[in-house]
Amino acid sequence: MTVRVGPDDFNVTAEMARLSAQDTGIGGVAIFVGKVRDHAGGETLECMTLEHYPGMTETELERIETEARQRFKLSASLIIHRVGTLKPGDNIVLVIACATHRQDAFAAAEFLMDYLKTRAPFWKKEVLSSGEARWVEAHDADEAAAAAWQAKSN
Amino acid sequence: MAAEAHTAEITLRYFAWLREKTGRSEERIVLPRDIATVGDLLRWQNARGHPFDMAFAKPEAIRVALDHAHAKPGTSIANAREIAFFPPVTGG
Repeated sequence: MTVRVGPDDFNVTAEMARLSAQDTGIGGVAIFVGKVRDHAGGETLECMTLEHYPGMTETELERIETEARQRFKLSASLIIHRVGTLKPGDNIVLVIACATHRQDAFAAAEFLMDYLKTRAPFWKKEVLSSGEARWVEAHDADEAAAAAWQAKSN
Repeated sequence: MAAEAHTAEITLRYFAWLREKTGRSEERIVLPRDIATVGDLLRWQNARGHPFDMAFAKPEAIRVALDHAHAKPGTSIANAREIAFFPPVTGG
């Protein structure tokens, strides 16, 4: 289990190799990479700045990873989330889930992202090509996706 | 004495548009003694006057964390050392 938060970009291949090297019982690796889109609400995006709550962010991501390991048979997992100013095409987040079988790897990666999006204290501020800057609003669909996992555990 | 819980100075922290609207990222404060829950705290913020009245005009749009853990309006703030206010999260 690894959680990392910072301004630096990540190398997906290197991270995957490092995570799965120790355990040859791993049969499936699911990888999700979240990236900055070049548009927002029909307008062109210039850049975005990601703010977070140092201390709580790491604690919350570790809680989310712990919960994933209770729900799925995971061999290893990783969450890397960037902060600071990012441009279209830049990586934002990397989630890797390693398991003996693919079902656990796929499901855990989705679970980690759904929970991260509704619980980890990050906030995005977009700057559009018009010069307008605005805070991104939370989506009901993200809340619904996280709530669906909670319903499954009851 | 029930009031003793709030004699200690604690840290309040503000993030994203709450940081911008309040004009600060944190403050040290001794809270009034009659504030027992997160809901009480949000109402108190809204009644503090400018710029807090603007920042806390819609308490339902604000999330609160007590010592790095998400809290609900009914959660007791007793023993909390750091209380953070922020909009719903938008990472990922």
